[in-house]
Amino acid sequence: MNLAADLFSVVAIGAGVFFYLAGTVGLLRFPDALSRLHALTKADNLGLGLVVLGLLPRAESPLAALKLVAIWALVQLAGATTAQLIGRAVRRKGSAA
Amino acid sequence: MTEFLLATAGVILLTVAVGLVRILSGPGDADRMMAAQLIGTGGIGSLLLIAAATGARGVEDVALGFALLAAFASAAFVNSGAPAEEPDADATDGR
Amino acid sequence: MILLQALDIGLAFLVFAVAAWTIFARGAFAATVGYVVYGLLLSLVWIRLFAVDVALTEAAIGSGVTGILLIGAAARLRGAEAAADEEQPSGFSRLAIASLCVLVALALAAVVLLFADQGPSLAPQAMQHLPETGLGNPVTAVLIAYRAFDTMLEKVVLVLAVVGVWSLAADKYWGGAPGEARAERPEPTLAFLAQILAPLGILVGVHIFWVGADEPGGAFQGGAILAAMWMIVMMARLTEAPQTRARWLRLALVAGPLVFLAAGVGGAIFAGGFFAYPPGFAKPVILFIEAFMVLTIAVTLPMLVTGPPRREPRR
Repeated sequence: MNLAADLFSVVAIGAGVFFYLAGTVGLLRFPDALSRLHALTKADNLGLGLVVLGLLPRAESPLAALKLVAIWALVQLAGATTAQLIGRAVRRKGSAA
Repeated sequence: MTEFLLATAGVILLTVAVGLVRILSGPGDADRMMAAQLIGTGGIGSLLLIAAATGARGVEDVALGFALLAAFASAAFVNSGAPAEEPDADATDGR
Repeated sequence: MILLQALDIGLAFLVFAVAAWTIFARGAFAATVGYVVYGLLLSLVWIRLFAVDVALTEAAIGSGVTGILLIGAAARLRGAEAAADEEQPSGFSRLAIASLCVLVALALAAVVLLFADQGPSLAPQAMQHLPETGLGNPVTAVLIAYRAFDTMLEKVVLVLAVVGVWSLAADKYWGGAPGEARAERPEPTLAFLAQILAPLGILVGVHIFWVGADEPGGAFQGGAILAAMWMIVMMARLTEAPQTRARWLRLALVAGPLVFLAAGVGGAIFAGGFFAYPPGFAKPVILFIEAFMVLTIAVTLPMLVTGPPRREPRR
């Protein structure tokens, strides 16, 4: 059981790191602010979600596991809304920003 | 297992560092507004991994606070970077 | 282990690099962003030093509240930034300032690196007497039980700071409200964020205060998160800052230090010494004091950030 849980954690966290890397590559290579914003808020959030998923089997108690999920939900919400806010600011200041 | 967790935490921190280089040097303030978001997701990810690896207690609360404050900082950046605006130009109603 | 050391060195280097960038950044907004990032990274460092309470405080105050303060200041100075850039200090004085800062930094680093392995410390005695206070978190015990007087004076300093900020108002605005008026049609995205974040944040803030008795957390951190939630609601213009002469506001500002002082005096009457707690009854008293401290902090920090009143008082 322990081995299965560890394997699950490794796979999930590994996938999470892959998405973090993908997000950073997007951040570096995309041509303008809006697409960079997209790479940052979508890919990195997914990476965090997978990392949280991988850490769930290792949580100390059900409450701690619940908190982990709450953290991810909060970051997801904040990320989505922040993307909208920043996108609006970029559009308002003109694409030269 | 702890080595794996630490290694992944290190990789995530590395992505944060590289992302910061790109964001902080980006022309214009719009790029820099994203910094809080980057630190939020990357920082919380590596925070949770490091805590799981080193066994620090009570770190979920720090991560919760971190998430709230990163969102708050992003909103503040946007709010000030784009100065207080009048109602949208397409909402004029002759008031 | 090697991996952990590499991680620590990498983190330290990143913090250093961000700090350097913040110093050399052009423009106040860029520097403020760098400062907030620096603060959040620093709280990771505190986690690595196993100082979880400090990490929470660093994130909340160091980058949260102070960051907002700086952003507000940068926004207000935007018009004057060009003029300020013209008045650069001469090359020689900049070199002198830089050398002084570097010398101080090197001296601090040398002192820390040359610490004896077992310096004089009261930590064992502090941990030993922890059960008598009824608390499980030694940091909270130090703040509210062993060094209660210092903490009370810190709260008094906060109130004085608010008085100082308010005294910057023009005479005709005294007693009025700071910040902007409530918007009739708040910007929908920001309003959405504030409406979702604020209830969660209040829950988290109260939780962190309550849990601070036994786990990392405490009144200051919880109060700072509550303050941030009020500030984001004000930023979204869903509500406006209260009039500075409102009685409830002024009462909330002084409630913390007053209750603290009353507890200290009460200790002199009932428990045999100024700021002594009755044995066996210490934890409820401590939580009672902390509750009012949370109120004061949650009200003081937004008042400091929104600044002096800028509108005339309403009847």
